[in-house]
Amino acid sequence: MADLATRTLPLSGFHGGSGAASLSAAAPATRLSLRAKADAVSALSLALGLSLPTRPKTSASGHGRHALWLGPDEWLIIDENGADMMGAVASSGVLHSATDISHRNTAVIVKGRGAEVAVNGGCPQDLSLAVFPVGACSRTVLGKAEVVLLRTAEDTFRVECWRSFAPYVSGLLNEAAEDAGN
Amino acid sequence: MLLIYCPYCEEERSELEFRQAGDAHIARPTNMTEMTDEEFEAFFFLRDNVKGLTYERWRHLNGCGRFFNAARDTVSDKFVTTYKAGLPKPDISALRPATEATVETYEATESNAK
Ligand SMILES: [Zn+2]
Repeated sequence: MADLATRTLPLSGFHGGSGAASLSAAAPATRLSLRAKADAVSALSLALGLSLPTRPKTSASGHGRHALWLGPDEWLIIDENGADMMGAVASSGVLHSATDISHRNTAVIVKGRGAEVAVNGGCPQDLSLAVFPVGACSRTVLGKAEVVLLRTAEDTFRVECWRSFAPYVSGLLNEAAEDAGN
Repeated sequence: MLLIYCPYCEEERSELEFRQAGDAHIARPTNMTEMTDEEFEAFFFLRDNVKGLTYERWRHLNGCGRFFNAARDTVSDKFVTTYKAGLPKPDISALRPATEATVETYEATESNAK
């Protein structure tokens, strides 16, 4: 009999939050940690079918794929359709570093009129729409854990965290969502 | 909460996203294999521990991940300015208003102590 390893999803079936801010586990996605210098950006953008953002706190999205600016030479790429992005960037023909972190990360979707308050329960950034508009993204902290935020709608945040921090991050968001009201 | 301006993110962020990373502008010797233990100790371990204006490396660890430099007053904890790694020390006198020029120094406060 074949020895098959079964991968468990850290937040499988997770739902929580409150009337003001609902929490759910994001569907599995493929993810890349991508590092490259400025001269490789256009070729990598072509290979990914997205313009890699070069301004702080900005992202590019299309067809379920997201490119998040994390630093001057660093991006988090998320594909919600499970596409082979390692293959895509490898075909770019330019110098870069890509690491598949699909299973290192997981994400909680925070949605509702209290989403901003819920995330701010553990995150010190100004999340008002004027400063953190739809499409804005940032690596930051949620309590004691590092997270990456992406605002996907006025009332929705995707909170990416490392899978081993998922119980802490989802627990803290759950508390904060209850404080955000019903 | 202290807000620190990251020169790479181009905005102020909470101190919770940053880590201090020692003195800035420490020149790494080019003749390390020829140095005496005392010379190496001086380069590697000995720092001025200034009371007042100091130049430090900081890292936006839980942000863009970049190291940058900061001119900071160790008495008031105020950041005078931050600037990208690799840039020379900025002209602080041009940045600091005259009213804030007087920092409490060791000489002013303790050297005359009986
Ligand atoms: Zn930064």
